[in-house]
Amino acid sequence: MQNTKSGFGKKFLDVIKGNPIAVLLVLAAVIVGFRVDNFASWANFGNLMSNTAVRFLIALGVSGCLITKGTDLSAGRQVGFAACLAGILCQRGDYTGRLWKNVPEMNIALVFLIVVAVGLVFGLVNGLIVTKLHVPPFIATLGTQTIIYGIALVISDAQPIGGFQKIYTKLITGRIGNTRGFHLPYLLFVALVFGLLFWFIYNKTRHGKYMYAIGGNEVAAEVSGVNTTKTLIRIYATAGVMYAIAGYLLAAKSGGASASMGTGYELEAIAGCTIGGVSTTGGIGTVPGILVGVLVFELLKIILQFLNVNPYYNYVVQGLVIVIAVALDIRKYIAKK
Amino acid sequence: MSEFVLEMRDVCKSFPGVKALDHVQLRLHPGKVHALMGENGAGKSTLMKCMFGIYKMDEGQIFIDGEPVQIKDPMDALNKGIAMVHQELQPIPARTVGENIFLGRYPMKKALGFISIVDHKKMYADTAELLKKVRMNFDPKQKVGELSVSQMQSVEIAKAVSANCRVLILDEPTSSLTANEVEALFRIVEDLKAEGVAIVYISHKMDEILRIGDEVTIMRDGQYIGTWPASELTTDDIITKMVGRELTNLYPERHNVPGEVVFKVEDFTSINPKSFRHVSFDLRKGEILGVGGLVGAQRTELMEGLFGIRSHTSGKITYKGKELNITRPKSAIDQGVAMLTEDRRGSGIMGVLSVADNISISSLDQYLDFGISINSKKVEQLVQDNVKKMNIKTPSSKTQIKSLSGGNQQKVLVGRWLANNPDVLILDEPTRGIDVGAKYEIYCIIEQLAREGKSIIMISSEMSELIGMSDRIMVMCDGRVTGFINGADATQESIMALATQFE
Repeated sequence: MQNTKSGFGKKFLDVIKGNPIAVLLVLAAVIVGFRVDNFASWANFGNLMSNTAVRFLIALGVSGCLITKGTDLSAGRQVGFAACLAGILCQRGDYTGRLWKNVPEMNIALVFLIVVAVGLVFGLVNGLIVTKLHVPPFIATLGTQTIIYGIALVISDAQPIGGFQKIYTKLITGRIGNTRGFHLPYLLFVALVFGLLFWFIYNKTRHGKYMYAIGGNEVAAEVSGVNTTKTLIRIYATAGVMYAIAGYLLAAKSGGASASMGTGYELEAIAGCTIGGVSTTGGIGTVPGILVGVLVFELLKIILQFLNVNPYYNYVVQGLVIVIAVALDIRKYIAKK
Repeated sequence: MSEFVLEMRDVCKSFPGVKALDHVQLRLHPGKVHALMGENGAGKSTLMKCMFGIYKMDEGQIFIDGEPVQIKDPMDALNKGIAMVHQELQPIPARTVGENIFLGRYPMKKALGFISIVDHKKMYADTAELLKKVRMNFDPKQKVGELSVSQMQSVEIAKAVSANCRVLILDEPTSSLTANEVEALFRIVEDLKAEGVAIVYISHKMDEILRIGDEVTIMRDGQYIGTWPASELTTDDIITKMVGRELTNLYPERHNVPGEVVFKVEDFTSINPKSFRHVSFDLRKGEILGVGGLVGAQRTELMEGLFGIRSHTSGKITYKGKELNITRPKSAIDQGVAMLTEDRRGSGIMGVLSVADNISISSLDQYLDFGISINSKKVEQLVQDNVKKMNIKTPSSKTQIKSLSGGNQQKVLVGRWLANNPDVLILDEPTRGIDVGAKYEIYCIIEQLAREGKSIIMISSEMSELIGMSDRIMVMCDGRVTGFINGADATQESIMALATQFE
């Protein structure tokens, strides 16, 4: 018995050593919770949950790109585009500011399918540019990022979009329980479902194994019979779908959308993945890790907000955390040499 | 003044979980070639990395000319006269020979009296001088990427020489060289000896050691076994001391019986006019076909062409009369052809992934439940079967493959291919960089596979391996097949004659 206990203790210590940033931030949250009113409240808890849920979906999308040593800088703009498209299509039929007046009021499930289909197309385009044209992912997605932003500006006419159907906002901002007490937002369940789905894909399917193999050694993977082209296209396409879903949810959650929505989300998602142990050198990363990473990053934002830090400084702090997280990750490999 | 130019005393070094070096000694006389021998994982490279300042020793001391010294990092080692030519060369291909040699210590001059700029004229003049010293006559301004492996190695040696080193470490310098190039290397070594440089020579090739070695230090499992004058040792002595047991045979007895012709290649030609062309050969069921030739004979390119890694313009591949259509490795695998590539680290292992992931990656279709979910029990069974069958030494199936020794990595890769049960198995230098004990085990596996009726193609640059393992040997030169020799009749001379036909 003594043995298993010390075994667990050692494991716990290993986890702490492996995620110093996560531990520090959780400690900070505890301290802030005791010192600042309303921080340790159910409302704040629910808020953190729904924010994390959406960011988690985006991070899941980009994680495949990162694990295969790529990246996807178009993530944020794709989220923004999906939010705009979903917003426009979900506007009430009787809303005076309707953008597309000759399109009838649409069923929100149908809108969801359309938004996801467009996300899939964007993802496919990214994947094709990376695999068929051999453009490095960094440059490829930098290009599509700009293109997609442009398209978002065009379809939204650079206007803020509002006047959504009630059912759209209500459904997505819904929760089990009361906001004043313990409650669980629906978004949490969406995140859980996708978390489980991705865990399954990453650990139990050929696609997942192929993804890790490409990250571990792309040449070896190809030689071993992995269709690297197809796998990479799938990864970028899946990412596109995830951004689209996140965008669809985000527009409803915010009660409005605009082309600038989602700006910088790609960096937050990449940061979340990295804090959560997705290695920038490829082949390493787990779904629970990504969840922890995103959660910790959201926690950081809320802490800063409650400490009344000038919001402009938030960017400085977040940027620092990203650099430190990657530096610590790289250290693990340097130390082994 | 000590009689040793460099001495390492009681060196210990531990890595998490392993004692890599346990009180190891090394004494180097000036002007002597000191062979450092041991199986893979014996700690030779670790010892050299301690000497070169890449690793920090846990215990022990280094003396230069009898004075105790600390070596902080490779730069410090170079300043103290220690140079190392690494097993895996790390040149910068897009830069010139001169720039590679003087990297980090470019000769400088003043422009306009105060701006420090690189003195290219001096750099290239010095480079030309150095290249002459290592008996190489290529242009100092040539891009390193355009050189052959052996030429790159000469550049590395020139670089070491340019540092006026007193101790030169050569880590497996001949593993990718042809016989002629090895001779050239030995001449350089003789020159350096005459200048009083102490040379540490790491190699698995016994004939080389006995030819140029003056002294031999043998290590086993991180332990120091002893140092002897090379003249007092025979090949058998060295092997016995290295593996700690008697090895009676270098090659297993072969009981495989080649049957009917099953695999045919006709008029196979690369899209690259300088690569393989008009290659035709047959392969029998249960046959081991050796492929010999000098480096640059395009043997690897030919096999990679057959396996779909490289493109070809014309040619026909048939298996049992049926034409195969191979466009990429995946299609080759689906049609029963497998290939163990030459560059284990570059195109073989996926370093950060587990042994289980590495072994199962090309046969995942077989372990699916409901056509989608991978059954980890079946994968574990595959790992255990292979571990048992091939005596793979790994702490667990979840261990990252990069932490295994070269021989065990190679066995895992062989296991990866066997999981698909291929009809034709192409092995490109299957024992390169693997120690004697593991080599023998790999030979046994190859023989066993042939006996089971698999057809095997084995590229090898080691003559004795070709002769010892092949039923037939196909020899290539300059992209063309120059002849076939029966394994039983083959001699080093007959192979060399065909391998140099167009030279």
